[in-house]
Amino acid sequence: MTAPVGLLTLQGDYDKHRQAFAALGRETRGVRRPGELAEVSCLVIPGGESTTLSRLIDRVGLRGPLREFAASHPVMGTCAGLIMMSRELDGETPGDFGVRPLGLLDCTVRRNGYGRQIDSFTADVDISALAGRGDKFPAVFIRAPRIVAAGPNAEVVATHGNEPVAVRSGHLLGLTFHPELTSDLRIHRAFLDLLDRA
Amino acid sequence: MESPRNDQELQERFRHKVGLAEMLKGGVIMDVTNAEQAKIAEEAGAVAVMALERIPSDIRKMGGIARMSNPGMIREIQQAVSIPVMAKVRIGHFAEAQILEALGVDFIDESEVLTPADNQNHIYKHDFKVPFVCGCRNLGEALRRIGEGAAMMRTKGEAGSGDIVEAVTHMREVTEGIRRLQMMRTDELMAEAKRLGAPYHVLVETAELGKLPVPNFAAGGVATPADAALMMQLGAESVFVGSGIFASEDPAPRAKAIVDAVTYHDDPARLMEVSMTLGEAMKGRAVNEMAENEKMAGRGW
Repeated sequence: MTAPVGLLTLQGDYDKHRQAFAALGRETRGVRRPGELAEVSCLVIPGGESTTLSRLIDRVGLRGPLREFAASHPVMGTCAGLIMMSRELDGETPGDFGVRPLGLLDCTVRRNGYGRQIDSFTADVDISALAGRGDKFPAVFIRAPRIVAAGPNAEVVATHGNEPVAVRSGHLLGLTFHPELTSDLRIHRAFLDLLDRA
Repeated sequence: MESPRNDQELQERFRHKVGLAEMLKGGVIMDVTNAEQAKIAEEAGAVAVMALERIPSDIRKMGGIARMSNPGMIREIQQAVSIPVMAKVRIGHFAEAQILEALGVDFIDESEVLTPADNQNHIYKHDFKVPFVCGCRNLGEALRRIGEGAAMMRTKGEAGSGDIVEAVTHMREVTEGIRRLQMMRTDELMAEAKRLGAPYHVLVETAELGKLPVPNFAAGGVATPADAALMMQLGAESVFVGSGIFASEDPAPRAKAIVDAVTYHDDPARLMEVSMTLGEAMKGRAVNEMAENEKMAGRGW
């Protein structure tokens, strides 16, 4: 019996991820404290506000434990989750707004890279590198970050136009959009495949 | 303002609006009146700020007509923080909303805290690209606002009072109304829609989901970490704090403590810890000592 899928439940739309995994028949468990990481097989860092997530991660002492966990367990970040997983933020002085990424994925990300809320959009993106051949994925971008550079250790696994919108590095996956806001479960399934392969 | 061209566009647009509301779940939205307060809020871990010229408790004291804040003041706050910025318009004042949309605010609060501009009609919110939040006292009111296109609901509570009693009443009204829907047979839902004065299709969707189809937050009277935890345990998905932070003795630590209280709302040990070192909460005014015409919750319908 595998341990449940972990959801970082400090803040954000983690309940939407819970629903997606439930639709795939997988149990989830919330993680808000370092000790709770021992009870889950993998972790999703949901969408939310990256400044809030960053502060709460530090306040509760999750920074080190999260990095340790990610060394040997699959982690998926969506939107703010990707911001937290990135190596570096573009156009910000470190510590400026106090968002300190965890440095798990070799990419540079610009927060609110497409503009404000009125610029939020849906676009069909190519996810064949992630989920095999099939239809494009209806990706919802909400005040989304932009991947401005993907390093040699990050494989681009989804693109919108010519731009990367998802990167993977081994068992770590980061997306600028929100698969949890659509009923298409292919990306959640692909993440579980990383778990089953690990 | 740009009306959606067809039903598909309307639905896609609505999904983006509700999408942002989803991102704000499990967080605290704080009222701020200048860039400095906005930074304190962001530093404390607020998921968004509400930019306004006066916090509700000061609006009460000042009297007069309360209107949309000066766009220049809102812009300063937009430039000071990276978290979403919300701002308020008067009930029914769609021209104020057009101005805020042009300003690029992330959420508009069509709010009873300001003096209503229309005694009959609320704004038709589907016509806007910017999402709206509206207050409600009960399920019927919530469903009417969602029918008009609100992407987030909040309890009205009694803004600027520092008294949680009305927020509790309104949250319980909404959740009890939903529980009643869930017990009904399908053939009883139309009569319930008639009784509540609620749009039928939104009511049916709510009955099926067992919750409102948009996130439901608490507002109006939250002053302490315990107040925030109470509202979360009663079913709120996030908490607005208006006067409670910057009318208190110790805004920065209180803001931080309320953020922690929302995340750990079901953990009494943690709540005790965050409450321990705080100073005086806002003084406040008991709602049951207010004259009817002093109350804001009765504005709108």
